[in-house]
Amino acid sequence: MRIRAFAAVLAATAALPCAAMAAELEVTHWWTSGGEAAAVKELATAFDATGNKWVDGAIAGSGSTARPIMISRITGGDPMGATQFNHGRQAEELVQSGLMRDLNDVAEKGKWKDIIKPTSLLDSCTFEGKIYCAPVNIHSWQWLWLSNAAFEKAGVPVPKDWNEFVAAGPKLREAGLQPLAVGGSAFQVNGLFDTLVISLGGTDLYNKVYKDKDEETAAGPEMAKIFAAADDARKLAKGSNVQDWNQATNLVITGKAGGQIMGDWAQGEFQQAGQTAGKEYSCLPGLGLNQTLTTGGDAIYFPLLKDEAKSKAQEVLAETIVDPKVQVAFNLKKGSVPIRSDVDLAAANDCMKKGIEIISKGGTAISTDQLVSADTQKQKEDLMSEFFAKESMTPEQAQQRFASIIGSAD
Amino acid sequence: MPHPMPQQSGVSKPMPKSSGRPNQLFRNLNSKIALTPMILVAAVVFFGGTIWTVIYSFTNSRLLPRASFVGLDQYERLWASSRWIISIQNLMIYGILSLIFSLVVGFVLAALMDQKIRFESAFRTIFLYPFALSFIVTGLVWQWILNPEFGVQGIVRSLGWTSFTFDPLYNPDIVIYGILIAGLWQGTGLVMCLMLAGLRGIDEDIWKASRVDGIPMWRTYIFVVIPMMRPVFITTLVLIGSGIVKLYDLVVAQTSGGPGNASEVPAKYVYDYMFQAQNLGQGFAASTMMLLTVAIVIVPWAYLEFGGKKRG
Repeated sequence: MRIRAFAAVLAATAALPCAAMAAELEVTHWWTSGGEAAAVKELATAFDATGNKWVDGAIAGSGSTARPIMISRITGGDPMGATQFNHGRQAEELVQSGLMRDLNDVAEKGKWKDIIKPTSLLDSCTFEGKIYCAPVNIHSWQWLWLSNAAFEKAGVPVPKDWNEFVAAGPKLREAGLQPLAVGGSAFQVNGLFDTLVISLGGTDLYNKVYKDKDEETAAGPEMAKIFAAADDARKLAKGSNVQDWNQATNLVITGKAGGQIMGDWAQGEFQQAGQTAGKEYSCLPGLGLNQTLTTGGDAIYFPLLKDEAKSKAQEVLAETIVDPKVQVAFNLKKGSVPIRSDVDLAAANDCMKKGIEIISKGGTAISTDQLVSADTQKQKEDLMSEFFAKESMTPEQAQQRFASIIGSAD
Repeated sequence: MPHPMPQQSGVSKPMPKSSGRPNQLFRNLNSKIALTPMILVAAVVFFGGTIWTVIYSFTNSRLLPRASFVGLDQYERLWASSRWIISIQNLMIYGILSLIFSLVVGFVLAALMDQKIRFESAFRTIFLYPFALSFIVTGLVWQWILNPEFGVQGIVRSLGWTSFTFDPLYNPDIVIYGILIAGLWQGTGLVMCLMLAGLRGIDEDIWKASRVDGIPMWRTYIFVVIPMMRPVFITTLVLIGSGIVKLYDLVVAQTSGGPGNASEVPAKYVYDYMFQAQNLGQGFAASTMMLLTVAIVIVPWAYLEFGGKKRG
């Protein structure tokens, strides 16, 4: 194995000067947790099989650490071959200022417009009629992951929805367990809150607040209920002294915490730990209430390069990403949903199948990353992390500030 | 920086011309040419960059700088943001306390070292050692020490005091003091070394004279030695001061601003809004405010310090 890999590298370097097609392409991303790294390896192997070479540019930390590095490399004139961003508006200005290349030829050849579902994914790749990114996967935030062992220890049945979970909170505390695991970094509490909005408040409320950016609704009684729920969540989350999301997931995996609200990427961690859905852990899409998932996720963007061989390789990578086989291999490892519905996912586990079913039934909404700018997201993150850490801040105060953020959002 | 002495430099000597008065511009030409790159860098990078930043803080630049001016909007938003207010408060607490403690502790340590103790160099090494670590390493070390499960609290609890609570990094009200402890641990050694060098520069005769007059040691320190060490204190102040304003990496390593945003500092606000929120205008406005704060402190002091000397 080792020797073969070595030989392949040797062959690749030897072939480089003569073969015009093959090129090394550096791909930057923040897929670094166990399940994510396994998924990236699938993508890299598939790309290497085309005769090109995947140069891995993993940046540790979450997206908020990685994105500034990526953006400053692109704007600073040292672009990588390709880079990950979330679906949405994170690369908006890079595209507008002509730093990225379009993939129209590849997209037309591969009939992306017909096969990529839901269409909102391709919409957020599109600028002035041209397609600028290749969607990789669909991730949704609205999942409650539960440790069956923890509930057994507390002597309560595993909850069926968020309300039962909140009711079981005191029992978990009595048993010396952490009811809700939440990591310290800001994106986690922000995502948790958005999940409460759509899962408890319903899709209409979600769209009114984030899509229409209606300040009145954001300040209204419907949202007040959500803030009351967020108040419950912060009481249940008190005491989980971890930082990263996968550390929080680990508390659920090891049965030290009852549950965690986290996107479906958490599933990869359960899989890595050798656990099966339904046996050691349970999952509740839409927190067991509103069966709607937001279709966020990741896409690969391609900076404009002068090198022709590399530009060709970019097209090959874009084709590879959308390829059905790669889609299956990648998404099974990552725990996400493929961006096309015509692939066979018999190997998917129970939780993933639930997710796929909801999405194919049309229970989808657009993710907040696509609806609001990075600036607005950051302001929300600041507010939510303050709210969750500072008990003296009342839900009413938080809602007031939330409404003014929505009022000035773009 | 040492200034070249123009009168003694051999270069200017063969210059006298018939006009009698040598042209000021060409005096000492070699050293002027040698300094040109330095002057250019200072002018372009420091002044140019600063002015550019201030100008663009009045625009609504997002990910890329864009010259569409919006007046004071960015500043209004900045001062309405509770995170910025918290950042400023934290910097004030950290700044004042770290200034006082590192000067006092550093001086006391240096004074103790100066008592001709044994193993002085060993102690000096021990105290200075933390300074060899970067803020990131310092932050991580103290993150572990202050972690309630593995650190001090865990150890004391395992000794039997089960109700003992010491978790500054997880308590929003006192988190900044947890950062202050780490900052002092790292920086005091250097202050001590500077002070010690200053103390060694005091003439033995001063001590002899004060002993002859029967002045107690502590009074000699406060009323004679410290005023004589003025230049050392100024150097130390500048070092500590710049360390306070640029406080960033220690916070990132220890708490990354948390819990919530209880340990945010201005430099982190600038970085986060410029790069994570993709809002350059807001970041520029914040960094301009930082510059303004520094200027408010430095300018009157510099005026008194340097302006006074010229006249007197």
